[in-house]
Amino acid sequence: MKLPSFKALLLHRFAKAVVFGLAMLPFCWLALAAMTDQLGANPAEFLLRALGDWTLRFLCLVLAVTPLRVSTGTPALARLRRMLGLFVYFYAVLHLLSYSWFDMGFDFDDIAKDIAKRPFILIGFSGFVLLTALALTSFNRAIKLMGAKRWQRLHRLVYAVAGLTILHFFWMRSGKNNFTEVYVYAAILGSLLLWRWWYRVKNKPG
Amino acid sequence: MSIHSSRNGFSHPSPNEITPRRVYEERRDLIKLMAAGAAGAALASWASREALAQGAVARPGKLAALPGARSSLAGAVTMEKLTDYKDASSYNNFYEFGTDKADPAPNAQSLQTSPWSVEVEGLVRKPARYTLEDLLKLSAQEERIYRLRCVEGWSMVIPWVGYSLSELIKRVEPLGNAKFVEFVTLADPKTMPFVGTRVLDWPYAEGLRMDEAMHPLTLLTFGMYGEILPKQNGAPVRLVVPWKYGFKSAKSLVKIRFTEKQPGTAWNKAAANEYGFFSNVNPNVDHPRWSQASERRIGEDGLLSRKRKTLMFNGYEAQVGQMYAGMDLKKNF
Repeated sequence: MKLPSFKALLLHRFAKAVVFGLAMLPFCWLALAAMTDQLGANPAEFLLRALGDWTLRFLCLVLAVTPLRVSTGTPALARLRRMLGLFVYFYAVLHLLSYSWFDMGFDFDDIAKDIAKRPFILIGFSGFVLLTALALTSFNRAIKLMGAKRWQRLHRLVYAVAGLTILHFFWMRSGKNNFTEVYVYAAILGSLLLWRWWYRVKNKPG
Repeated sequence: MSIHSSRNGFSHPSPNEITPRRVYEERRDLIKLMAAGAAGAALASWASREALAQGAVARPGKLAALPGARSSLAGAVTMEKLTDYKDASSYNNFYEFGTDKADPAPNAQSLQTSPWSVEVEGLVRKPARYTLEDLLKLSAQEERIYRLRCVEGWSMVIPWVGYSLSELIKRVEPLGNAKFVEFVTLADPKTMPFVGTRVLDWPYAEGLRMDEAMHPLTLLTFGMYGEILPKQNGAPVRLVVPWKYGFKSAKSLVKIRFTEKQPGTAWNKAAANEYGFFSNVNPNVDHPRWSQASERRIGEDGLLSRKRKTLMFNGYEAQVGQMYAGMDLKKNF
């Protein structure tokens, strides 16, 4: 039997469902581990950090779609972009929710003060606000309503989100001078942005 | 002589002043029986707490026993629920063995704790190198149950075994110009995989002002939960200063030095704006990146219960507050 090609797999009608299932795995794993007390001595901290990590990982994935699509000539990859973007938001919402709940006990007064007072939280929260704008305009009709140009301009904010996320992560790790992971993610995001710049320069007419 | 007053929290009537002796003795027997597991799991957990209140921390049975008599020092024994040994020995900050709190438990097993000695030097009349065996015998081992508040916003309740550091200090007779005590810890790149990384300046060093070092609550610690210290908790000998953030309580001590000038300390050198020399637990002075007003008690305040308020000087204000009278604690954080 001949194995179907990668492109054919991407175009399969279950492709999106499979990716959706895979993207839900971290969430299912965390939920199960939380319920069975497998998250170590400080489950709240574990959840908060793991959800932050997964937000960042999905951000890397969604920003990798276009470079991969273009450089490998796989237009079908574009089918997954919106869903991956919404998973960035999904894990960001859970990350913010676990901060508000486990750290702040849903005391909105305290949360507001915390956001205003601490640059590290403020940066993370700003990234979340931008992501919210992108998530709210992620449906097809939004493109029509806004006009493709304006929609695209708005959605370039994802690059700002990437910067804010790295800064938030860097700040969080600065207390322990423990930047190895920060640099790895920064390098991944940086090279994805660099590719875009290179691609634009290369294809500039004249 | 110790004077008990309401200021140090010791004005409570002793229960045996109220309950007839025969009655409470019977009750204690019953409680001990229940703690032994005879009365079912649910009752046993309550009973073990009651048994604890009488001075019998259950040994986890992992390491050699190190018994200590329940301390009678004011503030030295909190009646709060003990943190599980499993959590206290698996959730540790010990950067020589990795920066993740799960790292030290597996990585620290390479630490060689025998032979071990501690050099006491500097501005003292009688500098000496003490072997661990000397130190263990230097004064009577006591059991003290302290709250431990980490600067990261979590806390534990741990039954330590040791004696007041002042016992050792008195023996070496500090000179009049000795104003500070520096604590230097082991930095052995062969057995400590993260020594040499750029996270901190090695060896990890800490420091106390002389009056802080002499305070009876400052514990030279050899054990916990009735046994010798696990390696990841700073074996074989460490410091425990219960009213300061946990990082002040240096682990695996190899040198105690008496100085005139304030010594540099590891975290202060790494980030002076975040970690001060004093680092007293203070709910009113936030860390630049998070609030210190509340804390999560490991094993208790978890996903569904709220964090608890952090207490001034970690609840030891009655015992230690006087040392900081008139000091601006916002400046001297």
